Amino acid sequence: MAGALLEVQGLVKRFGGFTALNRVSLSVKPGERFGLIGPNGSGKTTLINCVSGALPVDGGAIRFDGREITGLPPHQRTRLGIVRSFQIPKPFTSMTVLENLGIPLEYAAAGRAGAPGSADAGEILRSIGLDAKAHLRPAGLTQIEMRKLELARAMAARPKLLISDEAMAGLSSTEVDDILAILFRLSAQGITIIMIEHIMRAVMRFSERVAVLDAGKKIADGSPQEVVANPDVQRAYLGE
Amino acid sequence: MRRTSVTVLVGLAVVLAGIALAMLRVNAYLYFAGYVILQYVVMATAWNILGGYAGYVNFGTPAFFAMGAYTAVVLIQWMRAPLPVLILAGGLVAALLGLGIGYLTLRLRGTFFSIATLALSVVLQTVVMNWDYVGGSRGMSVIRPSGPPFGSYVTFLFTVMVGLAVGSVLVAQFIERSWIGRGLAALRDNEEAAECMGVPTLKLKLFATTVSGFLLGVAGAPFPYYVTFVEPNSAFALDYAVNALAMPMIGGTTSWAGPVIGAVLLGTASQLATVTISSEMNLFIVGVVLVAFVVLAPEGILGLVRRLRGR
Amino acid sequence: MVAGLLLGGFYAAVSLGVALIFGLLDIANIAQPAFVILGSYAAYVMNTSFGLDPILSGLLFTPVFYVLGAVVYRVYYESFERRGEESLRGLVFFFGLLFIMEVSLSLAFGVDYRLVQSWYMSRSIDLGGVGIAFRYLVPCVVGLAMTLALHLFLGRTFYGRAIMAVSQDRLALRLMGANPVQIKTIAFGVGIAAASLAGALLISIAPVIPSTDRDYIGRMFAITVLGGMGSIGGALVAAIVLGVAESLMSTFFGPSWSLAVSFGILLMALAVRPAGLFGR
Repeated sequence: MAGALLEVQGLVKRFGGFTALNRVSLSVKPGERFGLIGPNGSGKTTLINCVSGALPVDGGAIRFDGREITGLPPHQRTRLGIVRSFQIPKPFTSMTVLENLGIPLEYAAAGRAGAPGSADAGEILRSIGLDAKAHLRPAGLTQIEMRKLELARAMAARPKLLISDEAMAGLSSTEVDDILAILFRLSAQGITIIMIEHIMRAVMRFSERVAVLDAGKKIADGSPQEVVANPDVQRAYLGE
Repeated sequence: MRRTSVTVLVGLAVVLAGIALAMLRVNAYLYFAGYVILQYVVMATAWNILGGYAGYVNFGTPAFFAMGAYTAVVLIQWMRAPLPVLILAGGLVAALLGLGIGYLTLRLRGTFFSIATLALSVVLQTVVMNWDYVGGSRGMSVIRPSGPPFGSYVTFLFTVMVGLAVGSVLVAQFIERSWIGRGLAALRDNEEAAECMGVPTLKLKLFATTVSGFLLGVAGAPFPYYVTFVEPNSAFALDYAVNALAMPMIGGTTSWAGPVIGAVLLGTASQLATVTISSEMNLFIVGVVLVAFVVLAPEGILGLVRRLRGR
Repeated sequence: MVAGLLLGGFYAAVSLGVALIFGLLDIANIAQPAFVILGSYAAYVMNTSFGLDPILSGLLFTPVFYVLGAVVYRVYYESFERRGEESLRGLVFFFGLLFIMEVSLSLAFGVDYRLVQSWYMSRSIDLGGVGIAFRYLVPCVVGLAMTLALHLFLGRTFYGRAIMAVSQDRLALRLMGANPVQIKTIAFGVGIAAASLAGALLISIAPVIPSTDRDYIGRMFAITVLGGMGSIGGALVAAIVLGVAESLMSTFFGPSWSLAVSFGILLMALAVRPAGLFGR
């Protein structure tokens, strides 16, 4: 698709005899709010791992901003602007919250002054509500604060494309709204966002477009309303 | 910048103190023991750059140390090269070894790197034992050059080692405080996250392995002149493997100060134990202390101090 | 060539512990060679004090080693695995154990070479024109038997299958009703118990000193990686490959290069695929 920021074409990923991704294709427009859903084990996180470079692919291609990135190591993709947060937060445990943000600022964001996003760590922490904990170690944070730290760290890398991997799993209703507000704010700044979630109301509210994965294949791709009404999607979630 | 100049000045002061000490001609044994302890400061600091800062455990320090020592032997045999050349060459060869092993194994999990280093020492020792040019398994006698700049040759070597110790600590400090050190800390804490946050983990790991190897080789280069008889069993001694590891673990692995504390404490204690009990019993005690620290006080003495201070 | 095959059978025995503990459980137990040497010395003591055949002594000590293995694992688990700090500290822990054991044996037995005597050791048998010393044949056969026994244990018994399960999916194991920690304790114990017998075989083949364990580090891990971590059958094939390779090397270049072979194989196996020939 012309003008797409991220383009995944025919992606294949196998683990031994098991095919986790079976020729998956999708594309995301710049500035879009894109939702990725599917039952457990459908391949969502595998897809993200392939896009971010954590896993090598067995077939297909990935293009970002018009450029083929299929062979690039993860840190280079991050420098180009693809940033992901982790489903289970992976903070740098020996550093303070502020220092955690220092790493992406120093390594990923350097040299991309023009990219959208907050200018420095302090601002990011303020915008996300973590500035009071700036000098604490991650061990002293609550569950939702850890999730926020994950997002803050991703923001510090000045993403063009932010992939949020189940940032809301297990959170309370108000906490979910909290995270959602942050993501909306980021989108308003021009950052393209792919949201992987199980919490349907969040996905429906947030996404302009939604893709559905099931057993390694994409079974639907369209507006939230179209996708929800799709009988294949209903079958995938409810079972035959 | 100010911080760096202060550190360098302190370092210079230490070196000058070392020279003064050498001139004093105190009991000869002190210089022998002092040399060993300072050598361990270099080795512990070197180990920690990879082990403490990056989190990759090197069990093969004897291999790197011996590379430095045997490079020196080769150069002494071949062209009677002066000490600075020996040190530089020893460091470079050991650095290449580090780069090589790193390149082959660092793409995989840290465990594989560690296992490879464990096997490395044994294999290299076999190679050296079969190489007659450096004496093979019988060993080789090395004649010290005449006329050290001051004092006796041993006190001169002692001073050189003071300089090397200060130098290696400065290198460690520089790395620790720089962007490289921060990147290493990130990859130590969580390598996957670091990579995804833009840290070039492979390059940093290779850097750490190379620098660590270099310093270990540097520690080994003066060894032939120190012992005057080099044979594989002493160059590849298991002591080096354990001590280079135990000293940072006991002192604390997160900062340059830990290896120094560990080297001085453990080194002194070892010297005392060797003289009063036996060298084997000393090794046994070191092993037990190491395991005790790893299980009970993994953050070392520095960590204990930090906890006592309530941080 | 034949010597290589026989050596391979023996190497398989020696590596079973690592194949189980490192290959399946993913615990980097680098102290395994030290446990094997401990087994060798135990057999030595039994042999010199009571004239007991080393292999019988090895079998006799299996329960003792099993308990030792279980205890070591528990300490490892409580100190490291539970806190999620396996990598750096766990490795150092095992290295510390390796070191302590080697030095203790040095203190207790000195650095002279020790060997054992048994009724069959000076005999040999003639198979198809090739003379094969019992000294090599018996350990090989026992090694093959051990491999088969472990393979059956893992495939056919409840605990064996539980061990295979825990290596792949902890959650599935919980659903099976077994406690992963308990299963791992059993597996570790079995791995160390295997070391007892392997050590007895080792001292039957050649004299040992405390530092002999270092020669086997490279071999054990090379075999485990080459065989595909966790595949017992793969480990056997890899062991035979290594045995033959070392034999050939020894014939052409002299015996002192044999260690380089295992190291080379280890590096090659790591470079190609950590999953080895047969593994996951």
